[in-house]
Amino acid sequence: MTQQNQNSLSDSQTMEIPEQKSASPTTMIKALGLVSTICGIIIVSAYQMTLSSVEENKRIATERSIYKVIPNAKKIEEFLVETSPNKQSQDKTIISKTQFDLQNQNQNQQNQNQQNSTSFDEKFFAAYDENNKFLGVAMEGSARGYGDVVRLMFAFEPSCECFTAMSVVAMRETPGIGDKITKDKAFLENFKALSAKLNEQKNALQNEIRTVKNGQKQNAWEIDAIAGATITSRAVGVAVNEAAKNILPTLMQSQNLEKLQKLQTSNDNEKQNKE
Amino acid sequence: MENLQEQKSKSQQLEELLEGIWKQNPIFVMALGMCPTLAVTVSAINSLAMGLATTFVLISSCLLISIFRNIIPKEVRIAVYILIIATFVTTVDYAIQAISLTLYDALGAFIQLIVVNCIILGRAEAHASKNTPYIAVLNAVGMSIGFTFALFCIGAVREILGAGSLFGISLFGENFQPWVVMLLPPGGFIVLGCWLLFFSYLAKRRMQKLQELEKAKSKSKFKK
Repeated sequence: MTQQNQNSLSDSQTMEIPEQKSASPTTMIKALGLVSTICGIIIVSAYQMTLSSVEENKRIATERSIYKVIPNAKKIEEFLVETSPNKQSQDKTIISKTQFDLQNQNQNQQNQNQQNSTSFDEKFFAAYDENNKFLGVAMEGSARGYGDVVRLMFAFEPSCECFTAMSVVAMRETPGIGDKITKDKAFLENFKALSAKLNEQKNALQNEIRTVKNGQKQNAWEIDAIAGATITSRAVGVAVNEAAKNILPTLMQSQNLEKLQKLQTSNDNEKQNKE
Repeated sequence: MENLQEQKSKSQQLEELLEGIWKQNPIFVMALGMCPTLAVTVSAINSLAMGLATTFVLISSCLLISIFRNIIPKEVRIAVYILIIATFVTTVDYAIQAISLTLYDALGAFIQLIVVNCIILGRAEAHASKNTPYIAVLNAVGMSIGFTFALFCIGAVREILGAGSLFGISLFGENFQPWVVMLLPPGGFIVLGCWLLFFSYLAKRRMQKLQELEKAKSKSKFKK
């Protein structure tokens, strides 16, 4: 192929050997358009075909990490943090996913589209044992680590206002270095009782949770980093702090805590009624 | 790749297929596509998955490019190739997410980076755009088998030395002290270097044998 500098439009009319004459803009657009259309169809059908199993996989991965942080859990209920429509930041409530779905169904039946303005910032999971006793809350946090975003699941115990366990949902940290956060016993010790107390107004953390250098942990809200894996350790600290800041002020309101305890019983009643 | 164009002969279909697997192996001989080669070959299963993903992309994009080769104006050919390749990479991306999220996380960004894998663009430009679909697919199949084979060779060695296991099955028992550097980037270079050494030694020996053969039967065509 010898490319000549004859890209003028007049050449395009005599294009019998397409390899040597330059094509007209219309030909190029047609070719690109045709190929793009075919590619678009392929992508959309691939997306549609895999969508359900991708979501199922993601759900299983999340659930597995919840069971890891709250080992005794038998049932898990997803909760959404609801920002009420009147836009007062203090007036956040929580609602269970199943209830929300039920409400949505009802609303759809009644064709009320106005309620769509409620937005959900965060979600978390409440865990119950076989007797429907409330065990604790699991929440997800993420932060940039060394390789990519580290997604973590934390167990929170409302009675002591502290985090009690941590597990990894997804990470791409260096094997043998960054992935120590799942194995290093001294590091996991941090999550036996990581304090996350709220201040008196109940709208923010009393002390920001942060990662300190290895061996310098002094307070209950500090995380002792792994020597040699500082970046990943710091990401864990940022993730847990973000999760706590976003969810705890809403979660720790007394009416919301009651909701967590009560909801399960009401769900059971429904189930028994069905049976 | 220039050699490849010279050697190209439509009558020798088997040659087209075998070329990529051994003589023109994309990794061990042509040293193309080093980015995924070094990055994802930390375990045998990752290598195989990466190899299969690339296989799918390579074969389907070569087929499509070869079908469209006469209607693609040469001015926009690279854009069209990238578009087609990107389409199949996206498809593979979804498929791997659907099959296993653990695998997806392990392969990381390198699935998306298949788009710029020079093996695929190289095949599209040098081969698929000049050959009939059948020949193009045949060549692509050979190249992908060669690529997957090479990735597996590197991945298996790295997993055995670095983690003491193969496909996640422990080989040496509890007392084995893993050679962690093999799982880190330097290990990739070391293992790749050793394999390249081995293959260039083989190639050199084959050249010598061929020369001897040609001297012996200078007028007859060489046997396989």
